[in-house]
Amino acid sequence: MFDYGAYLRKDKFPLIWCSGCGDGIALKAMLRAIDRIGLSKDEIVMVSGIGCSSRLPGYVDFNTLHTTHGRAIAFATGVKMAKPELTVIVVTGDGDATAIGGNHYIHAARRNIDLTVILFNNWIYGMTGGQVSPTTPFGKRASTAPYGSTENAFNISGLAEAAGASFVARETVFRPQVLDKFIEKAIRKKGFSVVEVFTPCPTTYGRRNKMRSVIEMMNWLKDHAVPKSRAEKMDPQELEEKIITGVLVDLDLPEYTEEYQKLIDRVKS
Amino acid sequence: MTEKTAKKKRSRIVVKREWCKNCAICVEFCPKDVLVMKDGFPEVVHIENCTLCQLCELRCPDFAIEVYEDET
Repeated sequence: MFDYGAYLRKDKFPLIWCSGCGDGIALKAMLRAIDRIGLSKDEIVMVSGIGCSSRLPGYVDFNTLHTTHGRAIAFATGVKMAKPELTVIVVTGDGDATAIGGNHYIHAARRNIDLTVILFNNWIYGMTGGQVSPTTPFGKRASTAPYGSTENAFNISGLAEAAGASFVARETVFRPQVLDKFIEKAIRKKGFSVVEVFTPCPTTYGRRNKMRSVIEMMNWLKDHAVPKSRAEKMDPQELEEKIITGVLVDLDLPEYTEEYQKLIDRVKS
Repeated sequence: MTEKTAKKKRSRIVVKREWCKNCAICVEFCPKDVLVMKDGFPEVVHIENCTLCQLCELRCPDFAIEVYEDET
């Protein structure tokens, strides 16, 4: 088996997340990816904001930064600008990154700064009690939408793509063996990279939306994930409620810290 | 900790009860029905069917199940 122990702060275990929460599955995929790349623990900075997903850096033995709500990408930008040689990974959620942190998210993508954002999308604000998030699907229930949400949901990956990210991939925690490959590619990519990870929240989302158990939620993810190659052959009606998975964007574009260094060199000479 | 071994395929599955949160993902999605839930925890009942695919371990959110391939 893979030895996760070398990367963990075991004194913080067991994990705080609820039974059946998929965040731990994504955490393990992230550690396998980091191990394959061969980075030392001191070369990694893991930055998070506020929310369930943002508890993750507390469990890993890297340089870690648990920041204010929505500002993980802003702090990470500062770290990367000061120390461009470090690998900076942001762990955030749908609420943290695309509601309060929405502007940081799109502008970091626009600058194409070399950060890797692992974005846990569970369609809801889990930690604070199940409020509607920017990704809660239309018609789905939340504590602030007891009769169903009347808002349209963000397409988080599409947002990053439109804003200019170098790498965008999407996967569910039902396929952890694929998820770790996408995370590996995202970390290796020079430029702004996003991996949108669909993860079940049985506690605040599932039980309000006719999926009381995590098994039902995992089966839903299994049945609704459609690889990009297959989705391209399907019509829009068939793709309703589906999650299109795979590498959605993979481009080689000028990276912000490198461009900034070029500017410093030019002005100094 | 509970532990069971089989000679044929030399796989060994270890369940860490102190970290397990009883979600049953490992049991439900094992392709070979190696595990069952007993007293709220996964228990290995058909280790001889284990193919070392490690899906139980990969999908465990709590680092509570480990699959080993033994040397002997």
